[in-house]
Amino acid sequence: MKTSINNRIFKTGVAALGVSALAVAVSAHAQQTLNIVSWGGAYSMSQHEAYDKPWMEKTGDEIVNIDRSGNALAGLRAQSQAGNVTWDLVDMLPADAMIACAEGLIEPLDHDELLADAPDGTPPSEDFVDGALGDCFVASIVYSNIVAFNSEMFPEDDQPSTIEDVFDLENYPGKRALLRKPINNMEWALIADGVDRDEVYAMLETEEGVQRAFAKLDTIKDEVIWWEEGAQPPQLLADQEVAFASAYNGRIFNAMVTEDQPFEIIWDAQVFELDGWVVPTGKLDKVKDYLHFATDTQRLADQAQYISYGPARKSSSELVSTHAETGIEMTPHMPTYGPNFATALQKDDLFWADYNDELTQRFNAWLSQ
Amino acid sequence: MSEPPAAPLTTADGVPLKVSLRRTVRRSKIKALLLVAPLLVFLFIAFLMPLFEMLWRSVDNPEVSTHLSRTVSALEGWNGESLPDEAVFAALAEDLREGQQERNLGLLSSRLNYEKSGMRSTISRTARRVGTLEPPYRESLIEVNDTWGELDTWKLIQREASPYTVSYYLAAMDRQLSPDGEIVKVPEYMQIHATLFWRTLWMSAVITGLTLVLGFPVAFLLANLPMRHSNLLMILVLLPFWTSLLVRTTTWIAILQSQGVLNDVMVALGVIADEARWQMIHNKMGTIIAMTHILLPFMILPLYSVMKTIPPSYMRAARSLGGKPFLSFRRVYFPLTIPGIAAGGILVFILSIGYYITPALVGGQSGRFITNYIAYHMQTSLNWGLAAAIASILLFVVIICYLVFNRLIGVDKVKLG
Repeated sequence: MKTSINNRIFKTGVAALGVSALAVAVSAHAQQTLNIVSWGGAYSMSQHEAYDKPWMEKTGDEIVNIDRSGNALAGLRAQSQAGNVTWDLVDMLPADAMIACAEGLIEPLDHDELLADAPDGTPPSEDFVDGALGDCFVASIVYSNIVAFNSEMFPEDDQPSTIEDVFDLENYPGKRALLRKPINNMEWALIADGVDRDEVYAMLETEEGVQRAFAKLDTIKDEVIWWEEGAQPPQLLADQEVAFASAYNGRIFNAMVTEDQPFEIIWDAQVFELDGWVVPTGKLDKVKDYLHFATDTQRLADQAQYISYGPARKSSSELVSTHAETGIEMTPHMPTYGPNFATALQKDDLFWADYNDELTQRFNAWLSQ
Repeated sequence: MSEPPAAPLTTADGVPLKVSLRRTVRRSKIKALLLVAPLLVFLFIAFLMPLFEMLWRSVDNPEVSTHLSRTVSALEGWNGESLPDEAVFAALAEDLREGQQERNLGLLSSRLNYEKSGMRSTISRTARRVGTLEPPYRESLIEVNDTWGELDTWKLIQREASPYTVSYYLAAMDRQLSPDGEIVKVPEYMQIHATLFWRTLWMSAVITGLTLVLGFPVAFLLANLPMRHSNLLMILVLLPFWTSLLVRTTTWIAILQSQGVLNDVMVALGVIADEARWQMIHNKMGTIIAMTHILLPFMILPLYSVMKTIPPSYMRAARSLGGKPFLSFRRVYFPLTIPGIAAGGILVFILSIGYYITPALVGGQSGRFITNYIAYHMQTSLNWGLAAAIASILLFVVIICYLVFNRLIGVDKVKLG
């Protein structure tokens, strides 16, 4: 008698165990781990708040952030050559995406099928800003390369305001911190030298144009500190090691708003570009739901609460509100805001795809002279 | 007297002793081999294979011959004096059409873009439109992109059709092949690698010299002080040796930078004015100071191990035979330390031409080494062939140093501890 009861209890227990094991198995199958590669710092934080947190709440997926976007193309190549692609979704620049796409490292994307429509039903191909959708690329933000200055280092009635002022050592003395790459610097040098914005890239394709740009850079070379990491320019400005620094506008915004630094952005001749997602080959099925979610109108608008990068969807712009921490209005800090955008130059990815190798070598040789 | 033995000696079970002995030896050899097998396998996988792969990559040139195979075979026999005929253009159109479908034109366009800027967009733009092109392809391709109408483009394709190339080595030495196949220097404004090779070599030599000058007296004290003191000194030498490389490098940044400890002290003492702080870091000086400090133990330890074996009685004998202190040192003691100097020298020199992180952190613009460009080509420009060529040249330099060393001193004389 006793044994049979024990036996029954035992059987029930086994059955219950079996059921719960089954339940665990089912939910484990539905939940997955996504390895998402991005830029780190304030930018990854904004993605985490705007996309990852609501996604993890909704699905129970686990999201692992990897800060490798700085070397994303090299990483994709290495993983694909080793035959072991561990990244599921990668945040990269459109120029790199173009190369990766041509090498077959990333998936071609059918934007209208994969991405969410705008709330009013506009298809993605019309809702995203120009150039935001590449063969294998979908942009999420518009960011901008700008020059900022420390307003305490200039008299109140004579603050710099144009890109010419950055090259004007006489009226605006002090060190300049510039990115240790030809990109942006060549463009700014030509514009400061009087070249029309629309002709900058045509000019840079000629030997005279390149020489002219280097000649202009020569005039400030002795006063330049070259930076390589995005975190350096705000630091150099804050320490007053430099008067001007080229930077990504979001980093300067963060220092201005959350750290109360006396920085000002020169929006004149800002070089803006897009940044967004690519899917490594073979990973589309795994990440397409997340991609659909993370690029919808609301998510892109939400991201603008955390960092001053403009959403790549037109329908998101109206939803951009206030900074999550300080509550200030975000719109005037966006690269795409009317007055900021008046003299903006779009980075020409095709030009840099062709000439980056050559100009970088020339730039390095120029630096070491 | 000695008679030849009637039968060869045998073991208890009748096997000739010689055979049995050979068997035993062979068995123990196999056992020994099995013991070192994990190490051999490890060395093969982690050292020899990557080395071979690197050498291979520096000459490997598969892009044009695989992805433009039709074009390449159609180009055979082309004399290079006028534009190729329609058959070649048709083959190119076919190759590009196939490449666009398979999406594998990326490496090809990167490869050609290294040799001729603009080829990347030429290929991607043409490939995008090649599906709609109609024969005659010669006219329609040139219309899409006039690069196809240039003789140099076709000479480039013909030249790079070979599965091996020297152009990475040429690029690593600031040379290139002209469209006519001659080796020429790249324009002066593009020259960078040769400068960096020389800088790496002479700065490494300076660093080696400095470690010798600073390390020799320390090693002498270590070898000759009473045990009590020399142990303490040894700890002082080894403590930095055990400290992380990054910690030591960043410490030098804290000491040497313009707002750093050393400048502050000198300003406070009134040696220099506050506005005229010395720039001691982010230049050649920073690299030399930091690397000399970091590599010093590699000079001191081999010197010490050699000096320890020199009996003090030699110097006493020299002095008692009438030698002045300096003469006895120069004629007796110093020659005996040469194996130590050579071992330390070659060790420091080879380590320093391969140094990467310290020059990157404290070298600024002028104190960078060629190794920083290997990293740049690996991670940023993604020109792995060029990175492999530069690394291979460094490898050859190291091998030559080693051979010269072996010839002059002999590797067997080296003692490292």
